[in-house]
Amino acid sequence: MQVQVPDAEALAVRILRGERSAVASGLNLLDNALPAARECATALLTALASRRWQDGDAQPNAQRDTHLIGITGPPGAGKSSLLAALIGEWRGAGHTVAVLAVDPSSRPEAGGGALLGDRIRIKRSEADDGLFIRSLASRHQLGGLANEVWPMARLLLACFDRVVIETVGVGQTEIDIAEIADTVCYVAQPASGDTIQYLKSGIMEIPDVFAINKADLGGAAHKTAAEVGRIASSKSAHPDRGEGWDYPVCLVSATHNTGIAELAVHLQRHHTYLLDSAQLMARRHRHQAAWLIRLLRDDFGHFGLELVGGRDALMQRFDQTAGDALTDYAQLRKEILSRFH
Amino acid sequence: MTTQREKPWLMRTYSGHSSAKASNTLFRTNLAKGQTGLSVAFDLPTQTGYDADSPLARGEVGKVGVPIAHIGDMDQLFDQIPLDQMNTSMTINATAPWLLAMYIGLAEKRGIDAKLLSGTTQNDIIKEYLSRGTYIYPPVPSMRMIADTINYTVKHVPKWNPTNICSYHLQEAGATPVQELAYALCTATTVLDRVMASGAISAAEFTPVVERISFFVNAGIRFIEETCKMRAFGEMWDELTRTRYQVSDPKARRFRYGVQVNSLGLTEPQPENNVQRIVLEMLAVVLSKNARARAVQLPAWNEAMGLPRPWDQQWALRMQQVMAFETDLLEYGDIFDGSPVIAAKVAELIAGAKAEIANVEAQGGMIAAIESGYIKRELVTSHMKRLRAIESGELKIIGVNSFTETAESPLMAGNDGGIMKVDPAAEREQIERLQAHRAQRNQADVDAALRALTDAAKGTDNIMPSSIRCAHAGVTTGEWGDTLRAVFGEFRPPTGIDISASAEPKGKANQVASLRARVAETGKTLGRPLKLLVGKPGLDGHSNGAEQIAVKARDIGFEVVYDGIRLTPQQIAQAAEEEGVHMVGISILSGSHMELVESVLQEMKARDLGQVPVIVGGIIPQEDADRLLASGVRAVYTPKDFDMNAIMCDMVNVIRRQYGLEPQGELVPAG
Ligand code: B12
Ligand SMILES: Nc1nc2c(ncn2[C@@H]2O[C@H](COP(=O)(O)OP(=O)(O)O)[C@@H](O)[C@H]2O)c(=O)[nH]1
Ligand SMILES: [Mg+2]
Repeated sequence: MQVQVPDAEALAVRILRGERSAVASGLNLLDNALPAARECATALLTALASRRWQDGDAQPNAQRDTHLIGITGPPGAGKSSLLAALIGEWRGAGHTVAVLAVDPSSRPEAGGGALLGDRIRIKRSEADDGLFIRSLASRHQLGGLANEVWPMARLLLACFDRVVIETVGVGQTEIDIAEIADTVCYVAQPASGDTIQYLKSGIMEIPDVFAINKADLGGAAHKTAAEVGRIASSKSAHPDRGEGWDYPVCLVSATHNTGIAELAVHLQRHHTYLLDSAQLMARRHRHQAAWLIRLLRDDFGHFGLELVGGRDALMQRFDQTAGDALTDYAQLRKEILSRFH
Repeated sequence: MTTQREKPWLMRTYSGHSSAKASNTLFRTNLAKGQTGLSVAFDLPTQTGYDADSPLARGEVGKVGVPIAHIGDMDQLFDQIPLDQMNTSMTINATAPWLLAMYIGLAEKRGIDAKLLSGTTQNDIIKEYLSRGTYIYPPVPSMRMIADTINYTVKHVPKWNPTNICSYHLQEAGATPVQELAYALCTATTVLDRVMASGAISAAEFTPVVERISFFVNAGIRFIEETCKMRAFGEMWDELTRTRYQVSDPKARRFRYGVQVNSLGLTEPQPENNVQRIVLEMLAVVLSKNARARAVQLPAWNEAMGLPRPWDQQWALRMQQVMAFETDLLEYGDIFDGSPVIAAKVAELIAGAKAEIANVEAQGGMIAAIESGYIKRELVTSHMKRLRAIESGELKIIGVNSFTETAESPLMAGNDGGIMKVDPAAEREQIERLQAHRAQRNQADVDAALRALTDAAKGTDNIMPSSIRCAHAGVTTGEWGDTLRAVFGEFRPPTGIDISASAEPKGKANQVASLRARVAETGKTLGRPLKLLVGKPGLDGHSNGAEQIAVKARDIGFEVVYDGIRLTPQQIAQAAEEEGVHMVGISILSGSHMELVESVLQEMKARDLGQVPVIVGGIIPQEDADRLLASGVRAVYTPKDFDMNAIMCDMVNVIRRQYGLEPQGELVPAG
């Protein structure tokens, strides 16, 4: 069998033009584990980076337009429904939107398959060229988000204004999403004890924006919102709280379409905050570094990482090489491989 | 013959096709053959509130039922049929208030008092969300319209059964007898509670409302258990109406039900065996006098092949007539009263149903349990268990998984392939008639009537009077549907396929293990896990096959995208592109496969997806299958392909061939 790999440069140009079929092929490529495909994928990401990503640095306006948002929260909280409402808001304002919707895979011993059924919840209207949805299976990569999520999100950022990742909302995903998204929005439903527990325990980095959904169900939503608000603003629970950001809590109803505009404003505000405090690019570079380290660790284990200086050193190194981190990563792979031989 | 005989039940045949005129002819011949009531099948556009010229109606007009677009069509449908003497049952749900409004409007036009009209509108939206699929609006406004029709008919059309609570369709989607009992009774209380909450009827006048609630029940092949189910229904309804709605008159607490016997178990292989099945299933609902059906309609021997021809329907009707008029069935009292075996089984069913009712109530009631996907998941799970049992041979189906050798059947010898074919010109002709109708009516009347309908929908006025006004003004089904869509919005219920996978497969474990290995290996060779899109284009609501294929594919390792029923070919092609799937599987049972598959293929080509293989499953006659294969479809599956593992094995090979890999051999049989 021949693996057909596309021409990375040509594909990048088509993706940047926003051609849907190119976006789809690009995502397929990033999902592909064959060595030839991975090489091509790196070339594609590099090509995309050298254009829009870098352009972004040079032209603050272009950069200002793209926002990578993670939506997390327990299953059934209404993440997909809320996303549908937000998409209505964004599309109304003329922004294009891409979504990566992650659903759980069954355990490997139960076949490892997945049912991906979020599209229809997320998509309310008929054909809309400004909206692109790709569903992904979680594939049980260390219980969290699949490694493909970050590069896919990055590809989508090259041609859509808003890119949203909806997580499965169990296990490790709440933590992982903070290593991927510019802004993390946590969706809770009224009277959900687990949310409160989660926040109090401090095991996750605090989400940037909270949405308490199903406000239409009445009083319990207000109570939950108040409680979440208290925890979010208490410094003791989260010493690592970012300065200068207010961790807003919004009451929303996805089905009644209330509070959605306000939620969109808070998300936008967080984006502006990141830009103004010069954190956006830093975050993205850090996230890229974290992804590359995950890749190296998956391939070579902790031992492999130690061979090239360990996690912290790598973090710094990728941070510094930022725009060229992928080339640097390729270099490192070779280095480690040579040590094994 | 001197013995006192009971009066037999109403005998109906579910029918309608092509046009109002053709269906009228059919109705009148059926009545001449001794049928005692009418049961109208509407086409899918009429059921889902679209006009024949809507793009969403393409391929569906006049196919599985009669298209009724306006009061003129209704008039033609009942030409020379006296409405005041006829008992008419209409299988109509989301658009029930509208079809009823046209029926009442027609009676008014003919100078017949609406108080004389008798019949039934099915009008049960809950089972549409769970099984039947012709829903339009969200639960809240839908339940309000059901309450409106009840409140209206109780006052103005007192002999009408405004709603017919259906458990029939739940069994057709896999429900067990206990689930049928529990969910049908939950549905009934949801409806009655809603009527009570509307405040239109005082508590003192509530008995007539309870009395008008009738049921539409299924009877499967396990006919003893099914007889017990009917008795259980009777006992539970009696208790419920007494305790929950304080109905003191025992006659008003009678469980009144009509039946269509099970069709899910009717087979494509050796279809003549279906006759025995149908007759045995009929026994379940006529044997026990105290739990006997009021009305019966039977499917035909060729159920799993396609629509029945007049002769096939006549045969089904004759089965009832032989039962009622030749046997001594109607000469005896109840033959089960006092049987401890029957009593014990009834008690067991009641206990199971009560537990499940409590479970649903604990989840916030029927609507909440639909919105959360709970009930649909339960149904998908039950159906999956049934199919796995057939696969493993634990559940024997004669001619399918046992005693499969057969002589050639002369029944299929005719040159019509043994089924009825709807004239493909029916759609075009209906569109022409519709457009002519629109041209000749008074537009100002139409506009004013639709404005009044909008006002009623936005406010709290009963929806019926403004709908009847619309009928007189010549409003069309699509206009009525769209007007309310604009006010109420639309709704898609959960698909229920998100049931968790289990490590231990039921059925043939060794085959499942081998399939899992093949899927994993093929995915690995291609670089990413195999991804499948299961799509249901058009208005067809038959979701069972698509659901079970999706669940099964997931269980052997596919990543499966399934978005439920009623998608456009464009939506399906777009999903195939965005999702980057290795294969698209289309499921169509409504008979519109030629038009819809062609559209899907076109839409895919337009997106440069010509390389992605497309397979099709459903009720597809052989000659159509050949044409589909010639047009580029890679494989076609029909009900005779009951062995899911074999289908899965084939699917993996379609993918392997498409992407240049060697196909793998058949699965080893035993396990
Ligand atoms: C169950 C059933 C129903 C249920 C559906 C419940 C549900 N949620 O699915 C209910 C009671 C609701 C129903 C309603 C109607 N039904 Co019906 N129904 C059937 C019945 C009895 C069985 C279908 C079924 O579920 N089989 C079990 C599943 C597992 O089998 P399957 O879908 O065939 O799938 C198998 C293969 O075909 C294949 N396959 C199917 N899809 C796919 C997809 C892929 C990707 C692959 C690989 C394989 C594959 O693999 C499966 C495994 O064996 C058939 C007759 C029959 N015995 O086949 C009539 C039948 C399909 N119904 C029919 C009709 C007309 C209707 C109505 C339209 C009537 C009306 N006028 O209102 C309504 C409306 C439904 C709607 N909204 O569209 C007709 C269609 C006529 C035609 N094609 O010309 C049939 C053939 C009966 C008849 N002879 O008249 N129905
Ligand atoms: N009452 C109410 N129900 C909602 C709301 N948002 C979502 N839901 C329901 O909650 C369930 C889960 O929604 P979904 O978006 O699939 O949740 P997810 O699993 O977090 O993506 C569905 O039944 C929705 O109809 C809301 O604002 N109010
Ligand atoms: Mg979701």
